[in-house]
Amino acid sequence: MTRLNARIPEGPVAEKWTAYKSGSKLVNPNNKRKLDIIVIGTGLAGASAAASLGQLGYNVKVFCYQDTPRRAHSIAAQGGINAAKNYPNDGDSAYRLFYDTIKGGDYRAREANVYRLAQVSNQIIDLCVAQGVPFAREYSGLLTNRSFGGAQVSRTFYARGQTGQQLLLGAYSALSRQIAAGTVKLFNRRDVLDMVLVDGKARGIIARNLVTGEIERHAAHAVVLANGGYGNVFFLSTNAMGSNVTPSWSAFRKGAMFANPSFTQIHPTCIPVHGDAQSKLTLMSESLRNDGRIWVPAKMKDVEKLRNKEIKPSDIPEADRDYYLERRYPAFGNLVPRDVASRAAKERCDAGYGVGATGVAVFLDFADAIKRKGHDAIDSLYGNLFQMYEQIVAESPYETPMMIYPAVHYTMGGLWVDYELMTTIPGLYAIGECNFSDHGANRLGASALMQGLADGYFVLPYTIGNYLANEIHTPRFDNTSSEFTLAAQAVTDRLKQIKNSGGKESVDHFHRRLGKIMWEYCGMARNDAGLTEALYLITELRHEFARGVKIPGGLDEYNPEIEKACRVADFIELGELMVRDAQQRKESCGGHFREEYQTSEGEALRNDDEFAFVGAWEYSGRDAAAKLHREELQFNEIKLSQRSYK
Amino acid sequence: MNFTLKIWRQKNVTAKGEMVSYDVSGISPDSSFFEMLDTLNQKLITTGGDPVAFDHDCREGICGTCSLYINGRPHGPVKGVTTCQLHMRAFKDGDTIFIEPWRAKAFPIIRDLIVDRSALDKIIQAGGYVSVNTGGVPDANTIPVPKEKSDAAFDAATCIGCGACVAACSNAAAMLFIGAKVSHLALLPQGRVEAATRVQKMVACMDKQGFGNCSNTYACEFDCPKGISVANIARMNREFLGAKLFSEKERVIKESL
Repeated sequence: MTRLNARIPEGPVAEKWTAYKSGSKLVNPNNKRKLDIIVIGTGLAGASAAASLGQLGYNVKVFCYQDTPRRAHSIAAQGGINAAKNYPNDGDSAYRLFYDTIKGGDYRAREANVYRLAQVSNQIIDLCVAQGVPFAREYSGLLTNRSFGGAQVSRTFYARGQTGQQLLLGAYSALSRQIAAGTVKLFNRRDVLDMVLVDGKARGIIARNLVTGEIERHAAHAVVLANGGYGNVFFLSTNAMGSNVTPSWSAFRKGAMFANPSFTQIHPTCIPVHGDAQSKLTLMSESLRNDGRIWVPAKMKDVEKLRNKEIKPSDIPEADRDYYLERRYPAFGNLVPRDVASRAAKERCDAGYGVGATGVAVFLDFADAIKRKGHDAIDSLYGNLFQMYEQIVAESPYETPMMIYPAVHYTMGGLWVDYELMTTIPGLYAIGECNFSDHGANRLGASALMQGLADGYFVLPYTIGNYLANEIHTPRFDNTSSEFTLAAQAVTDRLKQIKNSGGKESVDHFHRRLGKIMWEYCGMARNDAGLTEALYLITELRHEFARGVKIPGGLDEYNPEIEKACRVADFIELGELMVRDAQQRKESCGGHFREEYQTSEGEALRNDDEFAFVGAWEYSGRDAAAKLHREELQFNEIKLSQRSYK
Repeated sequence: MNFTLKIWRQKNVTAKGEMVSYDVSGISPDSSFFEMLDTLNQKLITTGGDPVAFDHDCREGICGTCSLYINGRPHGPVKGVTTCQLHMRAFKDGDTIFIEPWRAKAFPIIRDLIVDRSALDKIIQAGGYVSVNTGGVPDANTIPVPKEKSDAAFDAATCIGCGACVAACSNAAAMLFIGAKVSHLALLPQGRVEAATRVQKMVACMDKQGFGNCSNTYACEFDCPKGISVANIARMNREFLGAKLFSEKERVIKESL
């Protein structure tokens, strides 16, 4: 197990980051411009990292598959961003934010990383305000906060229901400034298809220009992955259509370990599936749970009448409603963490009490809140979300309860990184959602934006210097070397192979099938027999894909089908790894719920004696099972306990 | 539901394009416009046809990637939504639907319905930011911002950069897009410092990228999926004029010294 060294600095947890910064190596400004860094992805993590590294004087190349960096999927985050500012004077501190994040993650995250995240959280808010991010304010002109997703303090900063958009536009503006200054060069509409290693270190990438189909080689002294999460392995998710695992997966195939792949967040408040043609799911911000009450009918006869449209939801008297979260978790009620809320919804629907045409939905009701706070107050808090819901479902939440159901939203797993955010490949970093480090087995609301920006603005710019300080004598790389030529050839061969497989079915056909397998067997609840079945089905699907996919059009032109095919091929391999990971983890924790391991009340049952570790997988070839390595988690600050929200 | 689609097909920027007719059937009224196009493409792929290329990504109305000109309107017939949030229930069974790309000199066609909107990025790069570095900024609550101003800045900042304003405009002007960014930053004390130089740089870049000018038809506001007000154009003009006068004054003072 010597290969997994998290390189956590010595000393008390609250002083580790300061100690690290004081002791890490620096790169002289004259040398920085001789060093090239590639950043893949322009979401909160990628854009903030590229802007900050460019500002420091490095030569940065940034890649995104979108037409412009401003469209990365961080833009869709709605609710907010946490910080331990304690502006509301309600007892918050860096320690509490740290504690809540570790507990919320069900004790499967690394203490040192999470403490650092909590420490830098305040700087993020300061910087974003200085950039012109229009956070919500009080009439005093000062910033306002709200309580969010399972927190007992109000530490969430927000910009109506568009916080991700405003933060990303802030990072995008900082990035645009560096592009104009010439420190960062933008490569848009590019898919990054492979990593290039020279003497074991990350030295570049192979990218495909999505407009011309050209295979490009880019060399650098270090490579930073910020390509986001892999929720689209489920086909239906709240991710953008183009969100993919390909850069991370190519790193995995080149030796970077992939940690806790099965840790997936199923978000409780999404708009339910309408039918077979559905292409994606839409999230309704969790902030809605601050005022909305979740319920299903308590009596089966009402369920049937509702489905037959004989009665309206408002016809069901209070006594015949089952506010199941308030019933099961009186202390937290509708504000229990996401994993708990999602499973509870599944439990009610599986028991037959689901509502809507499909029976796979629950009510989120604002009638009480509208009565208590008034129509206008609710409108100012949730107006845009209500509008969005009405647009999709054609029903007004002011008049009838919303219907919601859990959907795949975020992936806590990702590339294994050490304290410096470096993967197991020297010189290859992973930041934001594509790494595994901060959220354990379940992410708290408003923490994804915090982590993306923490990594990009305030962590990576320090830690990457510690590596690059030793690279100042390394001259710029020649992208015609044999390593680049071989990698480019391998990518070209793979594209040709997929293109010429000569099958009959579209890429989407296979993707949908993969999604169904993953949702059924590796979704909100998992068990050993189901996971074994899933392994068989995925292997079969992989073979069918290899000989059965049909790709129209050519390789040297704009061709969305070949883009999708590369992504889906990687998703199929990832799906297999997720299943293996879910199978080896014989416990329930956070978003990973194994039916065999639950309390008599149906709550997740952790096994800290045997599973308080990070499961990091090492690639062993396409047809061999990946090898599991363990990073044992040390809890020095926090005592492990069963999460209770009762 | 069944529809006849008339879609603009064009292989690349230099090729000649044309409208091509397709039929789709069995579409659910709850399907989104893109799910309807997905259905068409699946049929085209499995029957040996050439699927229609269109830009789309988040499919929840916030990323600004989608860009279809439907029945003569950017983002189609429903006010205040992007194409991805348009549902087939907005059409009648049996309708013929015309689908074209954004048309503007500054937006060259990449393929079919996809255009290159990099010109909008160039305008932001010209000055659509506050020049602060990472680190070394004051505490977030040091400068109070009146709520009304902050809210107005937010309203302008909700622009998703889709380019519908350009597509809607008979002059292919990007003034609503620029006005929104200029307003967002000029309304906040943090952005005020550079307001004069910002507006001049952005307007100069807009001209250079080949966008037209405003002739007050308000088509941009009408078709903006985020409801960005033309008041932002007025504010931009005011900022621009003020900046020009101010820089003129500075020049005179300098010369007189």
